[in-house]
Amino acid sequence: MSSSVAPADLPVENGEGELELAAREAGTKTHRVKKRLTSRGATVAALVIAVLWTIPTFGIFISSFRPAELILSTGWWTIFQNPGFTLDNYRDVLLSPSQSSPQLGAYFVNSLFIAIPSTIFPLAIASLAAYAFAWMRFRFVNALFIFVFALQIVPLQMALVPLLQIFSQWLKPGQQWLHSVVDIIPVQNYLPIWIAHTIFALPLAIFLLHNFISEIPNDVIEAARVDGATHGQIFFRIVLPLAVPAIASVAIFQFLWVWNDLLVALIFSGGTQDAAPLTQRLAEMVGSRGQEWQRLTAGAFVSLLVPLIVFFSLQRYFVRGLLAGSTKG
Amino acid sequence: MTTADLIGKILQLVMGLAVFAALVGLLIFLIDRAPKKGRDYWQLFLFLAPAIFLLAIGLIYPAFRTTALAFLDKGGNFSWDNFVWMFTQPAALRTLLNTIIWVLLVPTLSTALGLAYAVFIDRSRGERVYKALVFMPMAISFVGAGIIWKFVYEYKSAGREQIGLLNALAVAFGGDPVQWLQTDPINTVLLIIVMIWIQTGFAMVVLSAAIKGIPTEQIEAAQLDGTNAWQRFRNVTVPGIRGSLVVVLTTISIATLKVFDIVRTMTAGNFNTSVIANEMYTQAFRASEVGRGSALAVILFLLVLPIVIYNVNVLRKQREIR
Repeated sequence: MSSSVAPADLPVENGEGELELAAREAGTKTHRVKKRLTSRGATVAALVIAVLWTIPTFGIFISSFRPAELILSTGWWTIFQNPGFTLDNYRDVLLSPSQSSPQLGAYFVNSLFIAIPSTIFPLAIASLAAYAFAWMRFRFVNALFIFVFALQIVPLQMALVPLLQIFSQWLKPGQQWLHSVVDIIPVQNYLPIWIAHTIFALPLAIFLLHNFISEIPNDVIEAARVDGATHGQIFFRIVLPLAVPAIASVAIFQFLWVWNDLLVALIFSGGTQDAAPLTQRLAEMVGSRGQEWQRLTAGAFVSLLVPLIVFFSLQRYFVRGLLAGSTKG
Repeated sequence: MTTADLIGKILQLVMGLAVFAALVGLLIFLIDRAPKKGRDYWQLFLFLAPAIFLLAIGLIYPAFRTTALAFLDKGGNFSWDNFVWMFTQPAALRTLLNTIIWVLLVPTLSTALGLAYAVFIDRSRGERVYKALVFMPMAISFVGAGIIWKFVYEYKSAGREQIGLLNALAVAFGGDPVQWLQTDPINTVLLIIVMIWIQTGFAMVVLSAAIKGIPTEQIEAAQLDGTNAWQRFRNVTVPGIRGSLVVVLTTISIATLKVFDIVRTMTAGNFNTSVIANEMYTQAFRASEVGRGSALAVILFLLVLPIVIYNVNVLRKQREIR
């Protein structure tokens, strides 16, 4: 999310890409004959690349279901010569209460509970700001908007040390107080990491949502204004419903970005089961148990599960968000 | 994890969402009840206030603070020591050199591969499946990718059966197994491959969309002129997607400059593989050398600067046209 800096507009069409599909279909027919003659080499090359790209993930997937002794003594590609299938690896990393096991269950919950608010918060704040930038006319708004976009110039690394200092000075007392009132909530809770993710998401989210919201026809907004609607009403009744596709694609990106993040987690989560996400636990396991491949493969696949589900079920919105963030340069 | 822990976490989630909803509700209430006098300014302020406030404390102030920290020694006095360290110590210099190698190789190779792949699969049967396979790594975390590739590079001493694919191939072709990730300088290249593996899908999807945006007439006209596939690619396709190519290159360059997770997961920066972003974390948060960490962050900022300025200029031009 933070890496995408290109100016762009979100696509406005609501037809879920049916048109593109039809166009591609027609293209296929006209070109099939010519293509077949010239593209045999290209097809082979594409096939080779596709296989090369998939094999590493496939290997870890197969291995995660193999018994430990087999993983450590034979290559996963010999699965037919050395058959063996087990769910023990998953049972061990997720559910085992033993101190020596990675206990990923708790971290999985953390990842989920970090990612959900860290997606909702910045999107809500960004849509408010995006509305103001798009539909409230003031001279300095334009300059301010470009300034916010330009904030992507600041790498996360520049923000970490001072933000951590601010948090330990201003947020820590509040966290401590909360823990003393409701002692079931640990001192090291999700609050700092939610706030950090929210801040870091804002520049790009504001930018992308603004591009979409400013494409809403002027007549619609004007008509509402003539009817006496306030800015609050226009925002809630007109702009938000129309912006749902854009918000959805930005939300998918933000969710995946937070789920996959390691840096922000390392600095702001405290690193314990109380609040640290899966990625942090896995990185730690690689460092301390780099040879326990039965655990690493299963653990890695647990962490891949959510992104892969999001990816395969929402691919269309994912791609749309990506194109919004990068084309039309 | 005990049940009490889980309840505590659920409570946090529910409370967090509830407090946030209450704050947004309050904001909307204030927006609608804005005083008549100066109403427009008041409303504008309220719409923008949360975002501006958060950006101010989370990005703008820290950027200045980090810059200041970079010029302070441990006693809090002004000094150039942190930058002197960066440009004189062999280990720090190696970090800078590695970052340059990363930023030269990753954007060019992943863009080239992504473009080739996009052209190869264009209008082919099963294009969507082809795309999904190469695009999938984009959804995987860098940590997950690190583990996936660490497994590919896994080493077992000679004579034992190799469980890492790369060493299995090396042995199958009559070589000796290599401790890939500990062998300088090939280890840096092997880490770079992981980043290319991730970013190629991004380049491919964006460029594929751009290729589909080229008018068919142009390609057909070129065909009528009797050009071959390579000439059409060079003279029609590439010029037609120039804008997208630039965007892909700049986006991947910025992502590469900030790469941290891959190096952290796979080697933790050991064996001469460190890059600026990883070294920044090591110095500031592991070695308590906040000044050095800040200096590295400033360098990162300076490297990203020209790329973002370019994008801001494009944006300003676009808005002037509007």
